[in-house]
Amino acid sequence: MKICTILKQVPDAEASIRTAGDRVDLAGVTFVMDGMDEYGVEEAIRLREAGHQAEIYTIALGPKRFEESIRTSLALGSDRAVHIETNDVLDVVTQARVIAEAVKKEGADLVFVGGKEADWDSSALGPALAEALGWPHLDWTTKLTLTGTVIEATHDTDTGTENVKISLPAVVTTQQGLNEPRYPTLPNIMKAKRKELRKATPADYGAPAALTTTVGEAIQVKTRLNKVFEGDAADTAKQLISALRNEAKVL
Amino acid sequence: MILLVPEHLAGKLRPSARELVTAARALTGLGDIHALLLGPGAAEAAAEMVAFGVNARHCAEAGYEPFTAEAWTTAVAGFAKELGAKAVLMPATRSGLSYGPRVAVRLGGALLEDVIEATSDGTSVTAKRFTYLSRVTETVRTAALPVVISVKVNVLVPAEPAGSAGSVAATELPVEVGRVEILSQAKASTGGVALDEANIVVTGGRGVGGPDGFTKHIEPLAACVGAAVGATRAVVDAGWRPYSDQVGQTGKSVAPNVYLAIGVSGAVQHLSGMNRSKLIVAVNKDKDAPIFKVADYSIIGDLNEVVPALIANLQG
Repeated sequence: MKICTILKQVPDAEASIRTAGDRVDLAGVTFVMDGMDEYGVEEAIRLREAGHQAEIYTIALGPKRFEESIRTSLALGSDRAVHIETNDVLDVVTQARVIAEAVKKEGADLVFVGGKEADWDSSALGPALAEALGWPHLDWTTKLTLTGTVIEATHDTDTGTENVKISLPAVVTTQQGLNEPRYPTLPNIMKAKRKELRKATPADYGAPAALTTTVGEAIQVKTRLNKVFEGDAADTAKQLISALRNEAKVL
Repeated sequence: MILLVPEHLAGKLRPSARELVTAARALTGLGDIHALLLGPGAAEAAAEMVAFGVNARHCAEAGYEPFTAEAWTTAVAGFAKELGAKAVLMPATRSGLSYGPRVAVRLGGALLEDVIEATSDGTSVTAKRFTYLSRVTETVRTAALPVVISVKVNVLVPAEPAGSAGSVAATELPVEVGRVEILSQAKASTGGVALDEANIVVTGGRGVGGPDGFTKHIEPLAACVGAAVGATRAVVDAGWRPYSDQVGQTGKSVAPNVYLAIGVSGAVQHLSGMNRSKLIVAVNKDKDAPIFKVADYSIIGDLNEVVPALIANLQG
């Protein structure tokens, strides 16, 4: 079987985000593989380690700097990668259309997508990709087992959790808890340099036109009262409840 | 035409339904507002919906409950196409975020996700949403229509009823049997209050010390004020609380009237899930905890002493 993992490179969570004019300025920011995508790579590797015969490959759609994270996925255990390189900012639905064409071309039985992107705060790529492929999807997956071509999995819902069964092919989006991703070892980082990293462009996959455009970005600021209550536990508790009741009037 | 897909719980509209109406009323030039209600209880929920001047259609087929993305996508996309909807709005719940993107792809339309504000000039929609772990507000415009918009829950002011009621009728829709077979379901432990709809959220962090700390301090405090219980990533990773309780980047995103962070340090990934709360209260013994930077009211102290004192005050 073939397992595809989709990868995005995002600012490190601890990096501070600035704007220049009305746009986010990413100059000087440290980038990492999106943590949610790491779960997907790790899960693919674990399926192979559990005895499933699988080719694992990575698809990434983004600018040149994504190469670094692609190499990380190769060092972790992905066999090869396709980098659809573009500086254009494509909306998530258009990305799904491009990636779906790439998946069709490469072939896949199972595609892992990060549950939520740390740059766009989007959880839409997985469902949109599944729809573009005509496949089912499962989102926020915290546990997965594969028997033959049938997945049994647990995922988060609005009200709790759900255990489900799906026959492949399918798109699975990750959630923290799915696994504990490993770190690449030095020998594997060296080996990854010899693995195939093929370049492509959105034009190779039909180059659909973007459906949305970003017209502005601004740092979110919300002024807080920053009021600290002084005293022992009984005093501070009394002051807080009084403030919630009489000042903020929320109780 | 604008199509709303409100959620209801066994025939009773979710609070987010009125927020959808608010969002729809701001989309000028797109035509009348319609609503589609799905699943058992849909007729009762539709009857509630017409008070907002909305034309409500309902399909009470059992196949829409429990939610599956495929069944809902087929019903909503099919109905939207027939209606000629230029905008389709649903709440940005886990379900809404799951089928919304599929509807966008099926309609060949754009997607605006987790929106906090949207306007229209009749030919496109411009919306605001959060990005970069909720640290940035992005303004994004569609090139054309239709558009699917998931509306962030508990942000917009709930709509008031309209002067004249809309129409209500049953409609026949296909129920697609999806390829995701649900084997079993387990409810979360938020005490019946949905995290993203709660007026008050009490979240415990690692400082709570263990699962016992939740039973002893967090749950009783939450019960006192009718709050939902939340948890941080560290707590969930440690197995003290289920994943469904988690607030943050990989958990739920909430914006309640009051957010009480108890023993929470305030990591970026946690702040991204709660920094839109109207009022934030922090209790932590570490005076340097980043949570205090975003707090309105702070107590620097031991939660094992402060929380019982809070409960005593509330009950007194």
